[in-house]
Amino acid sequence: MSTATPPTLVRKSFRFSRRQSIALVFFCTVFGAVAQVLIKSGANVLASASPLAMLTNPPLVTGYGLYGISTVLLVLALRDGELSILYPVISLTYVWVTFLSVVFFKDSVNLYKIAGVSIIVTGVAVLGKDKSR
Amino acid sequence: MALVLLASFIGSFGAVFLKAGAGRLHRNPMTLLLNWRLACGVGFFLVSSFFFVLGVRRGELSVLYPMVALGYVWTMFWSRLFFGEPFTRHKFIGIGLILLGIVILNLGNR
Repeated sequence: MSTATPPTLVRKSFRFSRRQSIALVFFCTVFGAVAQVLIKSGANVLASASPLAMLTNPPLVTGYGLYGISTVLLVLALRDGELSILYPVISLTYVWVTFLSVVFFKDSVNLYKIAGVSIIVTGVAVLGKDKSR
Repeated sequence: MALVLLASFIGSFGAVFLKAGAGRLHRNPMTLLLNWRLACGVGFFLVSSFFFVLGVRRGELSVLYPMVALGYVWTMFWSRLFFGEPFTRHKFIGIGLILLGIVILNLGNR
């Protein structure tokens, strides 16, 4: 009985440290990017443009499931972490998606794409720095 | 591409309804289930993902996916309109960079 957790600690809800929040968001971006790749592969083989065709498409359903998990983890991380630090990490998703598109779908790489994604990532990071929040 | 942009537009309404609904949540879990604003928010996200899937059927994901960032731009306008959140310099710079990035990205489209 001496090792039992004091009741005050049991009642306290769980909180993430700053480092844990950043790590969690980082995993979210990887999950989110993999989800996008699955959604795209599903969309590529979509039989018809109907909701039923989408719901019976395994890569699409898996992709959206993964996307859902990633969103829940993101909300948990945002609860405890500072937005100004987490936003730039969130926008890494764009970088992973671009990278994975080249690997899996043989998308072309060019200077415009690299510049475009870099500028969007910077833009999202600046949004997160907004002090009015 | 137009479909992906439409998806980002519809999805931004999802965020507005989630925000409107989240302010009315209480400890009772029924307030989560019986909240029509949250239900609308989820509905908008579902419709948005329908158009997104149609949008990414053709074209390169490396160009289409970053278009989703346009949703940040819509959301900023709705936040100002519906929740009275002020425009700030950081927001203007951030939104400007996102728009510029989207335009440049398109130049790299095959």
